[in-house]
Amino acid sequence: MTPPMVEMKGMSVSFGGVHAVDDVTIDLLPGEIHALVGGNGAGKSTLIKTLSGAQRPDSGTILIDGEPVHIEGPIDAKRHGIETIYQTLALADNIDAPGNMFLGRELTTGLGNLDDSAMEAATRKLMARLNPSFQNFKSPVASLSGGQRQSVAIARAVHFNARILIMDEPTAALGPAETEQVRQLIRQLKQEGLGILLISHDIHDVFDLADRISVMYQGSLVGIVPKSEVTLDQVLAMIILGKKPDEVTESELQELHG
Amino acid sequence: MAVTEETKVDEAGALDQDERQAAGLIRGPWGLIKRGVGSLELDTRLFGMIVGLLIIWVGFHFWSGGTFLTPRNLWNLTVQTSVVAIMATGMVLIIVSRNIDLSVGSMLGFIGMAMALLQAEWLPQYFGFDQWYTWIVVLAAGVVLGAIVGFIQGAIVAYAAVPSFIVTLGGLLIWRGLAWVLASGRTIAPMDATFQLLGGGARGSVGGTISWIIGIVACVAIVLLLASRRRTRVRYEFHVRPLWADVALMILGCAVVLGAVWFLNRYYMPEGLAMAHAEANGIEWPEGGLDIPFGIANPVLIAIGTAIVMTFIATRRRFGRYVYSIGGNPEAAALGGIKTKRTIALTFMLMGILVALAAGVQIARLNSATSGLGTLQELYVIAAAVIGGTSLAGGIGTIFGAVLGALVMQSLQSGMVLVGIETALQDVVVGVVLILAVAVDVAYRRRHST
Repeated sequence: MTPPMVEMKGMSVSFGGVHAVDDVTIDLLPGEIHALVGGNGAGKSTLIKTLSGAQRPDSGTILIDGEPVHIEGPIDAKRHGIETIYQTLALADNIDAPGNMFLGRELTTGLGNLDDSAMEAATRKLMARLNPSFQNFKSPVASLSGGQRQSVAIARAVHFNARILIMDEPTAALGPAETEQVRQLIRQLKQEGLGILLISHDIHDVFDLADRISVMYQGSLVGIVPKSEVTLDQVLAMIILGKKPDEVTESELQELHG
Repeated sequence: MAVTEETKVDEAGALDQDERQAAGLIRGPWGLIKRGVGSLELDTRLFGMIVGLLIIWVGFHFWSGGTFLTPRNLWNLTVQTSVVAIMATGMVLIIVSRNIDLSVGSMLGFIGMAMALLQAEWLPQYFGFDQWYTWIVVLAAGVVLGAIVGFIQGAIVAYAAVPSFIVTLGGLLIWRGLAWVLASGRTIAPMDATFQLLGGGARGSVGGTISWIIGIVACVAIVLLLASRRRTRVRYEFHVRPLWADVALMILGCAVVLGAVWFLNRYYMPEGLAMAHAEANGIEWPEGGLDIPFGIANPVLIAIGTAIVMTFIATRRRFGRYVYSIGGNPEAAALGGIKTKRTIALTFMLMGILVALAAGVQIARLNSATSGLGTLQELYVIAAAVIGGTSLAGGIGTIFGAVLGALVMQSLQSGMVLVGIETALQDVVVGVVLILAVAVDVAYRRRHST
């Protein structure tokens, strides 16, 4: 049996005395969309930041393809084929789309000078596939719409042949048409064999796309459930009550619906 | 039926107008000019600054009864601008990265004093006066000292996370104090004979012929640069300006450069200097005297060279891209894997190197160093960058803009001297202009960001 693409074992992060992430263990299989859900402050973003290199964990081990790895910073994560689309998008607003797409990984000429034309060409080529209506390659991204900015962030993650994609609220800032476009893209990337860790507030997104669902509650993992084996209500109960479906009592369910 | 027909007419009419506009059929003389200027794709803000500078020049020219736009005055203006311009190119990167350096004036005093002592007292003790290599040793030592001083401040800002305002405010006091301590408050003079050439003057200028050669080389460089940019964009099948617009820019660029050289070359040496020069070069002194141009002054060449190198660093190198990305969004830069702390420390180090260059020019020009050297210069340097469009919020600013900003301020000052405005009022005017320039810039940006 091939090992999972990613295993995060016993991950803990605390800020001051608060356990933002408390002993969480999850994994990700090739070609799988694994959704991570939970209320505000449940620790989802902090957990994935330990994988993307943006946050050092206090304890826990990360295995990629069964091998333990040390992820000290964003560059380490990228070296292991992990790309991240952050909720904030992490774009430098004063720089144009190609500049943002290659931020930290600029293409250079033989003499080490920035090769802006090559970067623009690569961006145009990718955007023609991801978002054909995108035409603004020379303006600072501050002047772009929410959807266009999102396209830039997604393009950045896709361009570098990621194997593992982390998406933190990828559709939060988008209109219905753009949301559908992003869903389509996520399905397509799954087809190509990428493993995708998806954080979303939108439970419909989650049920539409995910293969497995992990629920977090106040920093701890409530459980990991295959989507086919749970109902929307059961997942909602896990998010709100922090208990697995078989632990929830009738009265608690009543209260939830009342 | 009627409704459909009406709609049709409307659509046809609208289309017609669009088409005619697209074909450029509807255009008054203003529309024509607007379209023409639009094709050049110039930066409107920089364009506005250049227009502002020209207004200042022409205004002072008439006010002063025709003494401002003379070769002599503009030649002096270029020399006076160079020290602030050199430092302003570095200040742009500092401010773009959301920091500030209040210490550059004091640093200029400290490094200038060290360089002066090195050539006037320390080196001569062992090697004697006026060695051919003295100026190189002194300049190199100054640059190393500047790099160290800048890096110390930058490292404290970046790694110890002390706000740059505080670190460099401390630096402002520290370096000024040390400048005094170095020579116990004495005035150090004179400078090494060769070193003095860095400061301009008759010997420290390149002369008429070399000025023309520099102008022609610059002209060729402009043409080649625009041509190669166009070729690259055509190769990638990107949008390019109309060919006539690129050619017009080449001609415009060359005209500005060669026009400046021509104008400055009409500043001739006074008779005594010219005679000495003729004698030194074995030229026979004719009856009616000789018109020997000074040519471009060395400090001006240093400032122009610095601006070109700094523009290259800011726009064509990774380091520059990183500085701008940190200014735009520090978190995004860090998540992109950029070593933000190292980058910040290096911008301060670069600033230190530029201060050393400026200090060299300054002590060479004055032919002396005092412990008060460079006092209040930090304010002029910051003002030059800000008038030149650098945003204190970070992320935005150009080297060229800062150099223009330095030129605007120096033009105001020398213009006010020409028309006889008293010193106290001069400061008032410069302060008002600084605030006005930023107010206009903020208003412009607000209008264009929505």
